[in-house]
Amino acid sequence: MNRRSKTIAVINYGAGNLGSVANALSKLGYRPVVTGSVSEVLNAHAVFLPGVGAGGDTMQSLEASGMAAAVLKLVELQRPLFAICVGMQVLLSSTEEDGEHKCLGIIPGKVRKLPQGLKVPHMGWNQVRQIISHPVFSGIPDNTDFYFVHSYYAHPGDSSAVAGVTEYGIEFCSMLIKDNLFATQFHPEKSGEPGLRMYSNFLKYALS
Amino acid sequence: MLTKRIIPCLDVTDGRVVKGTSFTNLRDAGDPVEQAAFYYREGADELVFLDIGATPEARDTMVHVVEKVARQVFVPLCVGGGLRTIDDIRRMLQAGADKVSVNTAAVQNPGLLRESAAIFGRQCMVLAVDARRSSGDSAAGWEVCTHGGRKPTGIDALEWIKQAVDLGAGEILLTSWDADGHRSGYDNELNRAVSELVAVPVIASGGAGTLEHLYQALSLGRADAVLAASIFHYREYSIRQAKEYLAAKGVPVRLR
Repeated sequence: MNRRSKTIAVINYGAGNLGSVANALSKLGYRPVVTGSVSEVLNAHAVFLPGVGAGGDTMQSLEASGMAAAVLKLVELQRPLFAICVGMQVLLSSTEEDGEHKCLGIIPGKVRKLPQGLKVPHMGWNQVRQIISHPVFSGIPDNTDFYFVHSYYAHPGDSSAVAGVTEYGIEFCSMLIKDNLFATQFHPEKSGEPGLRMYSNFLKYALS
Repeated sequence: MLTKRIIPCLDVTDGRVVKGTSFTNLRDAGDPVEQAAFYYREGADELVFLDIGATPEARDTMVHVVEKVARQVFVPLCVGGGLRTIDDIRRMLQAGADKVSVNTAAVQNPGLLRESAAIFGRQCMVLAVDARRSSGDSAAGWEVCTHGGRKPTGIDALEWIKQAVDLGAGEILLTSWDADGHRSGYDNELNRAVSELVAVPVIASGGAGTLEHLYQALSLGRADAVLAASIFHYREYSIRQAKEYLAAKGVPVRLR
């Protein structure tokens, strides 16, 4: 089966930058399905979990739509999954955004507020230092700029899944990889050619 | 390190790019979708579209422009001009805008900022301010102008910006009424006053004529980003040239 004819689902849970992620995947020659259907998500060959907005609200929408359980199932099945921005944050155990909210707990650790004293949101292009070697970085030089817009960041309890870090007042984890689970705090779909390259690398890796 | 953003602005009316001097005297030049793709390839960090016609019919045209641009441009898109309601904002975001800017509608109804920030997130909500010097003396401050700069309101710009950030504005697109279109440099007293006043990013706008002007807004003006139209639009400088100039002066920029 041709890689580009495989099913790619972009999870629609009533929030997030669904169009942008789908546009980027279409540009790469794939035909993503933006879907709110749990069964469609569970049957896809690869899944994207976008996110924009607040972590607590996002968790609530994921729970209400049944997608929280679906994401946990995808991880259990080792299905290729790419989570973006708040989509990354909800993978952790909890977030301190707007009070304390429990998250999916796939990656142990907390989501914390960026330190005071700098402009928040952290908005714009910043470098991602690659701290592991992985095919997803193929053709993307170390310290390439990616586009960020967030006020909270993931702080994993153990560093084994940390694939990339970025400096903004502190050094924080801007990319996680654990088996077939990929997550970025930045928005590859808004990061120009290197961002498209990262999605392309992910799909090549995940669907081969 | 977070880089400073270089943002070309496309003023659009009836689906065409225009650029005026002090908000009037428009010259027609170009298809917005082509222009946007061109700036994207040149390395623009973000694109701003301002719909300066902004009649209801023009709004539909703009939605289609944004849809087309979003399919081929993979950097953030901000769209403003004539957006008055939550539905207007939702439509632009669904069409593919990452952010919207509001100006007159927010002055008339500040609750719009709070409401839309709660629904879409404050990172989507850009407050556009046209600020006019109250007198030649900067100590007298700046006054907010609405309706594309035509209508002075008597509202103090710094007070309004502070209030708007409290309500939910996640970024300030700050245009100097006095400098706009004159190509003699940004109002960096204004840029600095606002950058030091609020904790959200500030985009300096209005007055760029040379690359040195961009540098001044980012250094003296302490802006997080610079917006310019005509210097890029008429190809006097490429985005790449601007970035190389800034990099040589020690400003962190994205070069690839």
